[in-house]
Amino acid sequence: MLQQRRIMALWLPRLPTDRLIRKSGAPEAPLVVSGRANNALIIHALEARAEKLGLYRGQPLANAHAMVQPLNVVPADEKADAALLENIADWCDRFTPLVSLDAPDGLYLDITGAAHLFGGDQAMLKDVLAKLSAQGFAVRGAIAGTSWAARALARHQTNALARGGSGFIVPPGGEAEAVASLPITAFDCDAKILRALSHAGLKTVGQVAARQSSELAERLGIQFVRRLLVMLGQAEEPLAPRRPLPDLMAEQRFADPVTSREAIASTLLALAQSLGGLLERQGQGARMLGAAFFRADGKVDRIAVRAGAPVRDPTIMLRLLNQKLDALADPLDPGFGFDLVRLEALLAETTSPATVSFDANENARRQVRFLIDRLSARFGEHRVLRFVPQDTHIPEAAAVAVPAQDSDFDATWPRHQRPDDPPRRPCRLLEKPEEIHHVMADTPDAPPVRFRWRQCLHHVARAEGPERIVLEWWSKDGPTRDYFRVETREGQRFWLYRDGLYRRNGLGPRWYLQGIFA
Amino acid sequence: MNKSAKIAELRHALARYGLPPDRPAVPLGEPRADAVLGGGLRRGALHEVFAQGWGGGGFALLLALRLTAAGGGPLFWVRSDYAALEYGAAAPEGIAALMPSLDAGPPVVVRVAGGADALAAAADILACPHVGCLLLEMEGNPRLLDLTASRRLALAAEESGVGLILLREGAHQDPSAAHTRWLARAAPSRADDDDWGNPRFAVELVRHRLGGLGNFLMEWDPQTGFVDPLRLRLPVGRLAPSVVSFGAPGCAPHPSDALMRMRGRRA
Repeated sequence: MLQQRRIMALWLPRLPTDRLIRKSGAPEAPLVVSGRANNALIIHALEARAEKLGLYRGQPLANAHAMVQPLNVVPADEKADAALLENIADWCDRFTPLVSLDAPDGLYLDITGAAHLFGGDQAMLKDVLAKLSAQGFAVRGAIAGTSWAARALARHQTNALARGGSGFIVPPGGEAEAVASLPITAFDCDAKILRALSHAGLKTVGQVAARQSSELAERLGIQFVRRLLVMLGQAEEPLAPRRPLPDLMAEQRFADPVTSREAIASTLLALAQSLGGLLERQGQGARMLGAAFFRADGKVDRIAVRAGAPVRDPTIMLRLLNQKLDALADPLDPGFGFDLVRLEALLAETTSPATVSFDANENARRQVRFLIDRLSARFGEHRVLRFVPQDTHIPEAAAVAVPAQDSDFDATWPRHQRPDDPPRRPCRLLEKPEEIHHVMADTPDAPPVRFRWRQCLHHVARAEGPERIVLEWWSKDGPTRDYFRVETREGQRFWLYRDGLYRRNGLGPRWYLQGIFA
Repeated sequence: MNKSAKIAELRHALARYGLPPDRPAVPLGEPRADAVLGGGLRRGALHEVFAQGWGGGGFALLLALRLTAAGGGPLFWVRSDYAALEYGAAAPEGIAALMPSLDAGPPVVVRVAGGADALAAAADILACPHVGCLLLEMEGNPRLLDLTASRRLALAAEESGVGLILLREGAHQDPSAAHTRWLARAAPSRADDDDWGNPRFAVELVRHRLGGLGNFLMEWDPQTGFVDPLRLRLPVGRLAPSVVSFGAPGCAPHPSDALMRMRGRRA
């Protein structure tokens, strides 16, 4: 077996009602949230008071009305519930970077190797549950070696003693024993399989586990057997993390939340130094840095900056982060203070140990790269652009602008013309060719003699063309463009084209202006 | 040394007082303009180009390419989204064709939302001495591009020695700390030439902190840089019919000479 993982599963059975009560206080009448199933209104979620009155999830709403008067019914808002679950997951990020959603009402936390920071499994689970309860959520949790074992225990462990507030913890390797007494609904698979199991007289997970797995696979499908094995702790199922896992990270917790700018700045510096040390030891540098600021009231602010080349110098990392922080549209608001600041190398790459190169060129290049990084951090990487040539002769597609951080620094531009020729292509292209009007041409194939563009009449003094540009043969009905380089009487030089050919019907083709020469 | 030459030299020394040390001038190629400029365009100083019509932007770009070639690093072109929409986006193929010998790779275009961002980006770029040249494009006369802002730009360029061209599109002349100021527009090609030739510009040097001003007709040759198209055609010995005027009438120091003398004395 691999290293034993420890997964914490959380279940928030009353998420929709908790959300409403947190928002506007508990109403006088018991609160239920209605949903739709098979074209009938049913109870989607309900608060504890309603449950005590004998209502249950999935009950037709009409029955509930008959049983309890008055009843406070609110239609379900799944979007708001999902957003709330995401927020809770954000909040859980402070315990471990690997948090995974178990939609619509659960979470997984991979706490492998993290529990000792919080005083062990028992204390950590207690802490998480207590903090979530304090925020007004009904929550149950369990820790086991695999996700499904923990999930099944969190949701279906009805043993009152085990539920006594601190959740349920399975010692490593004890999954099979722990889940054996759970009902088969713990598999949470579709009704057909459940029916098949109960027809076969199997009532608990332990009874199912006692059957031959080949037999089960044949009857119920390999997926089911896989789930069973995971539940028994005999196989692992990877969790899908909500955000990319950092390769390396450094974090600082505060007993008293910090609010002052100076304290945050010095924290960032300290974190950058320790992250830089980690990176150096691994022979790596960060291509992408993230900083997460966990506010005491649960809000998490995150920033991410990219670097064109791997960095591990703390001062450089700090400068990139500060640039990003300064450029934030709504600045970092500490509110009641941050109680955790984390610096992550989201993407680390191997680099050779930092050396001061004696090659002046290399140093200059590094400086320019760093400049591009800073500009990208400040204005956004899609605002700092370089061009990559494309293998096409369609003018507007001949170059594509990519973030300068990604571009090859030593790229050169392919030269299509003889170096001593005057430029045949404009140095500025309009983003969209603009139609020109009142075009006068001597003969159908000739360049215009005059034209009107942007309210201005231009008289053509000389022209060169046509240069015909057709779409590639594999794109069937592209336009045929006849390009002309024209110079006006004043010496201004434009790049025009005639879109299509003259036809018999007397309607002339349209003319466009696409570029401006130097 | 006669009196007027002496006065001219003193005047020149006075004009240079408080200015930073000279950086090597980058010759434009056009001999008369280079002479007026004292050898060429200085890196590490603010040069303004007021575009008059469509050719002006091209002239500014060519100056920037010229400075980039002398600088070694890449060209940074800072412009607003509006400028790209109004005046056309940078087309690398055409830019490469303007100066095939340039070995600095394609330019880095920084697209900013507005004037404040443009100035902030410029400050960042000018702080890096390994940038070939910065071409900063500003439209109109925004209030934030005042004398202080242009002084700040000039100082930043001085500090690092990065070439700086400030392209003003659709702007009227306003006070600034520019070292030189040019009004540039396109000029017609030679009347007898039917071929598509090199671009030409009619430029006016309207401000120069070290003295000489002038009107120039320049043609851009992708191989050699700016040339005087008339001198090319005219037989040797005949002068080009454009006017050269110097800042102060009566004293016509050859700026390059004066500069040479100044340098010699300092060394």
